Amino acid sequence: MHSIVLVKQVPDTANISGQVMKEDGTVNRAKLPAIFNHEDRVALELALQIKDKLGGKVTAITMGPPRASDVLRECLFMGADDAVLISDRKFAGADTLATSYVLSEAIKHLGKYDFVFAGRQAIDGDTAQVGPQTAEKLGIPQITYTEEILEIKENSVKIKRKIDGGYEILESALPVLITVVKDASFPRPYKAKRIMAYKNAKTLIELEKLTEGNSLLYIDQLKEEYQSKNLYIKTLTMDDLKLDEARCGVHGSPTKVHKIESVVLAGGNHEMIPPDKAGMSVLIDKLMEDHILG
Amino acid sequence: MNKDVWVFIEQRNGKPADVSFELLSKGRKLAENLHGELKAVVIGSNVKPLAEETFKFGAAEALVIDNPALEHFRTIPYSRILTELVEIHKPRIVLFGATVIGRDLAPRVASHTKSGLTADCTDLQISTVKYLKKDYEDLLLQIRPAFGGNIIATIITPDVEVQMATVREGVMRLEPLPSPVKGKITNIPYLPNELDELIKIIEQHRQENKVNLKAASIIVSGGYGMGSKANFKMIHDLASLIGGDVAGSRAAVDAGFITSDRQVGQTGVTVRPKLYIACGISGAIQHRAGMSESNKIIAINTDPDAPIFGIAHYGIVGDATQIIPMFINVFKQKLR
Repeated sequence: MHSIVLVKQVPDTANISGQVMKEDGTVNRAKLPAIFNHEDRVALELALQIKDKLGGKVTAITMGPPRASDVLRECLFMGADDAVLISDRKFAGADTLATSYVLSEAIKHLGKYDFVFAGRQAIDGDTAQVGPQTAEKLGIPQITYTEEILEIKENSVKIKRKIDGGYEILESALPVLITVVKDASFPRPYKAKRIMAYKNAKTLIELEKLTEGNSLLYIDQLKEEYQSKNLYIKTLTMDDLKLDEARCGVHGSPTKVHKIESVVLAGGNHEMIPPDKAGMSVLIDKLMEDHILG
Repeated sequence: MNKDVWVFIEQRNGKPADVSFELLSKGRKLAENLHGELKAVVIGSNVKPLAEETFKFGAAEALVIDNPALEHFRTIPYSRILTELVEIHKPRIVLFGATVIGRDLAPRVASHTKSGLTADCTDLQISTVKYLKKDYEDLLLQIRPAFGGNIIATIITPDVEVQMATVREGVMRLEPLPSPVKGKITNIPYLPNELDELIKIIEQHRQENKVNLKAASIIVSGGYGMGSKANFKMIHDLASLIGGDVAGSRAAVDAGFITSDRQVGQTGVTVRPKLYIACGISGAIQHRAGMSESNKIIAINTDPDAPIFGIAHYGIVGDATQIIPMFINVFKQKLR
């Protein structure tokens, strides 16, 4: 079984501090800590469980800026066999439609697969759209909100998924794209041995940095050396994938940000109630007068 | 250009989802602004009565695809049917509930038709927009908090024919008309396709949702500031004393203090109770989006600068785990 796992590096939106907001109210992305989107990690765990049981291979891929290689190394620490970075300046500003176009073409480029896994959604946008849109472009079925993989047969999979007010059990033909909720599994910790083995894995972009200003290093040689040591993170650009530029990045994104307003709080005309018994008494009297309580 | 507004009418076991009628209510106003028609798309089995119900919310036409094979939602046939209809008619706007079904279906349709799609909008408006020095008439403004709630973004999809958005249940107000419009039912045949059978439903279990925060007149809501699940019991105690329902912020749900069906906010439920008591909730915009229209808001928080105080009517600066027991004691004394 070959599973491809879509992962994303996301800004840690839960930990936004003052520094991160610029004076004009926009977000300074560079100041945000970047983390591995948790549900994607759960997706990788499910893919690894399939490999543990049935053998095969797990490939992690991400589309993002060069520094997104961090999450790919984490995938290798967890147990992924291969990692692929899809990176190009021309991908900047991609919405979910443009992202799913690039991801689906990259998946086709990787060859035969049985499963595509992804987290249900990423915490920076919460849209949950990239999974289904990638499945549509691949022309394969999708199962979103997956809670548990119940059974895998040669050409099909049985899955329990969340629905509004309950759950359902579906049987899908393979290949299928599966998005998982955070409770579907608990991601395994990184193995010390794998960290030692893969902490020096590098993308083409990172290897190119090494050759800069060093006339003794040739990029092709270096790449070959890393490949032979299994430390090369495959790096694909728009041209490598022969993509239609009009469908990538900002050009391929129908949704545009028209306006961003920082959240300015109204002065607040609230009445302060002292945090003591007398305060509570006053407050309760007011609520009773208004017939809200009592 | 077509100026129609479509709403996908979601049904589970033949029963309509509330959010679909809420979207019809909003869609009616959008269609009026656009001088277009409001249309309902109803897919299912024996759904004619459901189609007729959409006329109470102003649908001028219901496009009905009625077939036993469509009784339960399945991604492939539903998305194929809707995609074909969108490609033929090119409605200006298509709205979906941001439910499990809507969030599964809408992106698939948007992907095939290359439409813009914005998730979890908290407001929708029609306006003429200048974008990159070009004027666009009557665009759909898709407004949603973004980036951890630090900003409110207005998203537009200027260069595509069809604009799509999803909206959570309870965000738009349900507004039935005094008398139904004389709508038209258009039956569209279902043509089976072998791809429809790639996924089969083996079992389905659904319970009536017992939690109905939307109807609650008093809500006591706890956030991450409650500190622990044990402390969260105070929220339940206070709620049962004053006849309220219990809710929580997303942080409280993520921390495991409370189940997600009681989450208030952009990605949870939108509520408009008589009284909302926010305990240990800082009040990120996503949370405020779900409760700011409450009649009276009491905020209890240790941080005097917490954003929740900006919309509160009564503010108490202090630790909710100390304030709540005090409130309970004083209230009990007054009842005696």
